[in-house]
Amino acid sequence: MAYSSILNFITFDDPTANPFYPFGGAYNLPFDISYKLWDIIGGLIAWLINLILPGNELSQWLICAEVSNAFALIIFMLIIFIVVFVCTLLSLWMERKVLGRLMDRRGTMIGLKGFLQCIADGLKTFMKENVIPKKVDKMTYMWTLSLVIGTSVLIACMVPLSPRWFVVDYGTGLLIIMALFALAPFFILVSGWAQNNKYSLIGGMRAAELMISYEVPILIMIATTCLLAGSFNIGAIVDAQFNSTWFFIPQIIGFITFIFCATAEAERVPFDIAEAEAELVEGWQTEYAGMKWGLIMLAEYFRGYVSCAMVVIMYLGGWLIPFASADINGLIPEIVFLLKAWFVFFVMIILRGALARVRTDQIVNIGWKVFMPLSIVNLAIVLVLKIGGIY
Amino acid sequence: MAETLQNPTVGQITEHLRNRFGDKVAVTKTEERRVYAKVRKEDVFDVCRFIHDELTFEHATSVLGNDMIDRLEVVYHLSNYYTGTMIELTADLPLDDLHIESVSSIWSGANWHERETYELFGIVFDNHPKLERLLTPDTYEFHPFRKSYKLRGQP
Amino acid sequence: MTDEKQSVCIDCGTADTGKMWVIMGPQHPFSHGLWTLKAQIDGEIVTDAEPIVGYLHRGWEKECENRTYPKIIPMADRLCYAASMTYTHLYCLTVEKALGIEVPDKAKYIRMVGDEICRIQSHLMWLAAVGTDLGNLTVFLWAMREREYFMDLNVRLCGARMTTNFPRIGGVRNDTTELFDRDILRCIDLFEKSIWDTISLIDDSSIFISRMRGTGYLTREQCANLGITGPAMRGTGVDFDVRRDDPYSNYDKVDYEVPVLKDGDSYARYLVRIEEMFQSCKIIKQCMQKIGALGKNAPYRLKTPSNVPAGRAFARIEDPRGESMMYLVADGTDKPYRLKVRSPIFTNVSASKPLVQGSRIADVPVIMAMIDMCLGETDR
Repeated sequence: MAYSSILNFITFDDPTANPFYPFGGAYNLPFDISYKLWDIIGGLIAWLINLILPGNELSQWLICAEVSNAFALIIFMLIIFIVVFVCTLLSLWMERKVLGRLMDRRGTMIGLKGFLQCIADGLKTFMKENVIPKKVDKMTYMWTLSLVIGTSVLIACMVPLSPRWFVVDYGTGLLIIMALFALAPFFILVSGWAQNNKYSLIGGMRAAELMISYEVPILIMIATTCLLAGSFNIGAIVDAQFNSTWFFIPQIIGFITFIFCATAEAERVPFDIAEAEAELVEGWQTEYAGMKWGLIMLAEYFRGYVSCAMVVIMYLGGWLIPFASADINGLIPEIVFLLKAWFVFFVMIILRGALARVRTDQIVNIGWKVFMPLSIVNLAIVLVLKIGGIY
Repeated sequence: MAETLQNPTVGQITEHLRNRFGDKVAVTKTEERRVYAKVRKEDVFDVCRFIHDELTFEHATSVLGNDMIDRLEVVYHLSNYYTGTMIELTADLPLDDLHIESVSSIWSGANWHERETYELFGIVFDNHPKLERLLTPDTYEFHPFRKSYKLRGQP
Repeated sequence: MTDEKQSVCIDCGTADTGKMWVIMGPQHPFSHGLWTLKAQIDGEIVTDAEPIVGYLHRGWEKECENRTYPKIIPMADRLCYAASMTYTHLYCLTVEKALGIEVPDKAKYIRMVGDEICRIQSHLMWLAAVGTDLGNLTVFLWAMREREYFMDLNVRLCGARMTTNFPRIGGVRNDTTELFDRDILRCIDLFEKSIWDTISLIDDSSIFISRMRGTGYLTREQCANLGITGPAMRGTGVDFDVRRDDPYSNYDKVDYEVPVLKDGDSYARYLVRIEEMFQSCKIIKQCMQKIGALGKNAPYRLKTPSNVPAGRAFARIEDPRGESMMYLVADGTDKPYRLKVRSPIFTNVSASKPLVQGSRIADVPVIMAMIDMCLGETDR
């Protein structure tokens, strides 16, 4: 067979035309990018093999629809994860800088205004020896840790950044994210038990305590938002806010309550009782050292990022700018979304800088006696608005 | 039964101690807001109870031991919160009988002072709730603040 | 929110199952220094507690018996790093009393200024510790920032930041330096304004207040009987301050108030300490006026003999943390026969069982922060 041009292998097909396109009718930007990336990589490999062994089957196999799709999905996963990872590192960096300024110091200073400190810290924890205490239940110890980190990363990846940047487009997207979000305290409880350490045990108990006091108000408020939007689909909720007003206007009570609940859900100050370092050393993380601890910290920031994303989706209009035309909104919805999320994170940082840690009994009290009634009031207001036909 | 005095003056303290205990308590010296007295070791508890209950000395500033080589001493510093007066009670302990009644049932604050004195001087406080070593390790079998325990360079 | 005062005894049931001993310390974020609090907890509630000290025991008192009198001054600094000048002052007072000498007025006022600087410094460090114990780092850094001014004042006065080695038997080492009065007044003016940042951060926040109010409750009688002294005592309703009721130096010649609150909980102890800082500022201002009135050439140090006549003497002063006392037995040589230090924290920490019993484990750091631990003087 004669020499074949590289252009026979790199064709830049339309991914939606692929019969195995996984996203149905919707256009997906990261998948598009990864599909084209595989086009280049796979096409190049196929062309090189074809040069040596002209007309072989492998080259054809590498660029066929099924294989392209499969490799594109792998690259797609990487892209989604890297973007979420960088966003989380950015919020970590923001926390260090803003908190530093709040405390009359400068925060991290080395490299790119201190951003590289996050990477240095990450590398440092990864270099540490993997220490496992002798008396822990090793299986549970490692598994619960992996599950805490895994679920956190999973939900962080599942948050859609725009109608074209998503992983799954479920009709019940919001509910699934919240369900996964609520799983971590259970693993923390088991992990605290498995560590054979009193501080960890108390920390795990406290995580469970925190969960029972915040899950119910959070679910009521999610139900309220979905009631207002008429759908559990994240895209539909955002569109409903674009068509009327941002939902924090009718649900101002719910908005404020949800920010606090989301802070609790992410286990940040003032609700970080599960790892209260003043009395419990590091709470449930006491026995985790080195890389494991670094991953836990990262997972915590993933969860913080998801909390902020939840607030943005439910109350701050998601990725859309109000009153702007569809062209403007179609330009960079991902950046708009992230900016809003970082704004909410900024509020959380201010909370962390200004407040003290509340006590366990106070948390249960606030959860059941303050936030629970408030969320019900919020639901009642929304019901009145909905029946009155305003929304 | 003498009435409780909340704000005893130095003169009143001296007088009450003399009236109540006679020659059991010897007031050696008085200054402004200070009374120095010597007491026999058998009477320490009674005198302290009297000082606490009827002269309103609510606070035991310190209980300390003192090695005078031929004898040991226990010195009590008791203070009154209303006048700022302090009483210094000194009780001598012969070397062959290092027992004295504990005052920690009168002032709970004296508890640790007595423990400290016990471990550093070997003075045993009878009826003390928990007479164990506090600052030094439990394995010590000597009493490091006695004069017989020499520091490096000490003659 | 729970604002009710917790009674000291909470009925924890009779069943012994489920109770466990948590050993907090010696390396624990809440123990500021090396000490241990063994706490028996039932769920979250502390049912029993036992403090363990002694990790830092250096035999300070015994060491002193091997040193001449002036050599003990730098050692006295090391008793408490946060308020070193008060201990040196106390030591000098004791020896002066044994010698039977009266130091010049100027030295007295300079020592008072040093004491009050140390008091503010120590209270600010305590405030910083309260911040971290409550889970807030902002308070910590802001209080440390304010403390830095007073460290610099120490440098102006005697050249060192923490362990000052400044008072001498018979006076002080040097007169106030040039411009010291200007600097100290500026510093106090600045402090009286900027400390309100920190105070309002705490007092305007219901979380801070609800964490402190009602915890570590003691009655006046309990407090007096347990021998708790200092701001912790004055927050419990005992109206006593050595500076006012048993004056030493020239504290009877300046005008100030002793804050006393009857609430008996951690919040009252917090408020007392905050107010004490302002009163210290007031004292410093008056002392600086008096020093100015004494003129530049007034004596500030006496020549003292190196041998102390045989006899006994004791002195007590109001340390930032409570009532501290030194008892000296002199035998006529140039070394003390026995020197005993009564440390306020030593007695205060012995009262930790009644303080923390019945409270939640999350309250333990807050309650113990109000004691303001300093291990140098506790273990000696």
